[in-house]
Amino acid sequence: MRLLIEKPGVFTTVQDLGRRGWQMLGVPVAGAMDPGALRMGNILVGNGEDPLAQEAAGLEITVVGPWIRVLEGEGCFAVTGAEVGVMKNGVPVALWRAHRLAAGDAIAFSVFSPLDPSLDFPEGSAFGGRARAYFCVSGGIDVPMVMGSRSTYTQGKFGGHQGRALRSGDILVTGAPSVLWAECDGLECPPGLRPVRDPSVALRAIPGPQDDLFTEEGAFYSGEYVITNSADRMGYRLEGPAISHKNGADIVSDAVSLGSVQVPGHGQPIVMLADRQTTGGYAKIATICSVDVGNLAQRLPGQKVRFAKITLDEAVALLRQEEDHFRQMRHLRAAWRSRPKKFDFRREGAFLVRVEGKAHRVEWERLE
Amino acid sequence: MTSGPKNLPRLLHSGESCIVLEFGDGIDLGVNARVQALRKKIENHPFPGFIETVPTYRSLAVCFDPLKAREELEAQGLEAQGLKAQGLESLLLKASEDLEPNDKEDEELLRVPVCYEGDLAPDLERVASHTGLSPGEVVRRHAGKDCYCYMLGFVPGYSYLGGMDPSLETPRLKEPREKIPPGSVGIGGKQTGIYPIESPGGWNLIGSTPLRMFDPNRDPAIFLTPGMWVRFVPIDGPEFTRLAQEAAASDWRPDIRKKEAAQ
Repeated sequence: MRLLIEKPGVFTTVQDLGRRGWQMLGVPVAGAMDPGALRMGNILVGNGEDPLAQEAAGLEITVVGPWIRVLEGEGCFAVTGAEVGVMKNGVPVALWRAHRLAAGDAIAFSVFSPLDPSLDFPEGSAFGGRARAYFCVSGGIDVPMVMGSRSTYTQGKFGGHQGRALRSGDILVTGAPSVLWAECDGLECPPGLRPVRDPSVALRAIPGPQDDLFTEEGAFYSGEYVITNSADRMGYRLEGPAISHKNGADIVSDAVSLGSVQVPGHGQPIVMLADRQTTGGYAKIATICSVDVGNLAQRLPGQKVRFAKITLDEAVALLRQEEDHFRQMRHLRAAWRSRPKKFDFRREGAFLVRVEGKAHRVEWERLE
Repeated sequence: MTSGPKNLPRLLHSGESCIVLEFGDGIDLGVNARVQALRKKIENHPFPGFIETVPTYRSLAVCFDPLKAREELEAQGLEAQGLKAQGLESLLLKASEDLEPNDKEDEELLRVPVCYEGDLAPDLERVASHTGLSPGEVVRRHAGKDCYCYMLGFVPGYSYLGGMDPSLETPRLKEPREKIPPGSVGIGGKQTGIYPIESPGGWNLIGSTPLRMFDPNRDPAIFLTPGMWVRFVPIDGPEFTRLAQEAAASDWRPDIRKKEAAQ
């Protein structure tokens, strides 16, 4: 498919699961801020059949969604992540579900709030209080691979579509879809398999790597923090009960993980996210477990954050459970695609194939 | 620094997908040599689920897929070796025993041509007047001592170099520049470095290299790796222009050779 971005939204970027293997040379991972939502969306549209294949790229949509027109081709799409209003040709469509898409179709997102100046969405369809939605298409968004990934790293101006957020008039191409993409139409991710992104839930964190440099962890795990306006793809600065260091906040610079909670001298935590620098010089009190990172990335400035301490083994078990959800969804997809169809298959037919300008008539017949 | 028997590193968890092995708590060539030795050992013999490492001054972060790593290590029979509960941790600590830091003979040196002239060196006079040296002497001392790349970080391709001649120490600018062009070579306090991409910064700019320290469309995008030595080689304006053209080619290769042979 060829997709025209008619309106870009506020900050829409191409993202896959990020750029791995280059952190040693100072290159940030980038990738989807809510990887669970992107992965589920890709399963819905038939991507990722080959377990060794790179995760397909989708569009990460932030707070205000784009308008997209299909110029050419056909396929299917799904929107996951934030609870946002989405319309196909003026008709609202369900999230977490695969829908057909063909040349001429128009996709419009609402603003992620009840106040949408431009579209008349049915009441209640357009607000979730979450930050990011993912637009996934069969075949994925096909932009050039840069250092092994299609993710946009806007600060470094590389990856994704020309190293930047999308603009009006940009044209994106999708990659080769799964041969069974059309059979995904109507496939839905049941609520129980979706990642938990409830903003009232405490984020589970594993102590360390420098928890021993703090006087006590109590304030951190019992306190309530508010997300400040300084919250972007690089990290979220929080405000709340100050955390005190034993001997200052500075350490000899070391690696920064996804979900690392750095505490500079002022005692207010900063959670490091997808576009984080690879190394940093502040002590880190804890690391949010992988499955909960998206639950922070979906929150908006002004929303609250609490932390709950868990063990390493618990974090691994949570990851295993999440992986099991993806596995179950792939099973549901297989079952959906092979379900008995209501319509009857034809037993024979014929069609024309044009190869290099020359027409060939192909006749077929079903053999029992 | 407390370290266990056999001079083993401290093992820390940075989330469930990363283990940090800490060999010391300062900036030290010997400590960093062990970091690089373990990095190379793991790169050459990756374990199941291994993704990448992030070497820093005194530690090595090892990133992995914990489900693959833990399950496959168990399946591979580490259980039988009595390493069941902490298979991955034991494996990494075992790999940290008997590290053989690079022989001096294996050390690599990257030659970085630098033009220390005119518009490319806006703060050379400032460094000269602060240090009491002539601009020519600043250049001679900056290029006269090889620097060691402890780690990369901050932005893609930015190297943390150690070993600048201490007499060149100059405080940062009071008002940082908003835009510093890529390739600029600067001095900030006791450190020297090369800006790989356009960024803001407060270092004294004393020259510029025509090399592209980071080029995402080239393979490799970054050729300076941790553990390498850097030698600044003074060049003039015309040479800068010529090398800049050469370095723009996608098949361009840097001048990296054995340190001993480069004397």
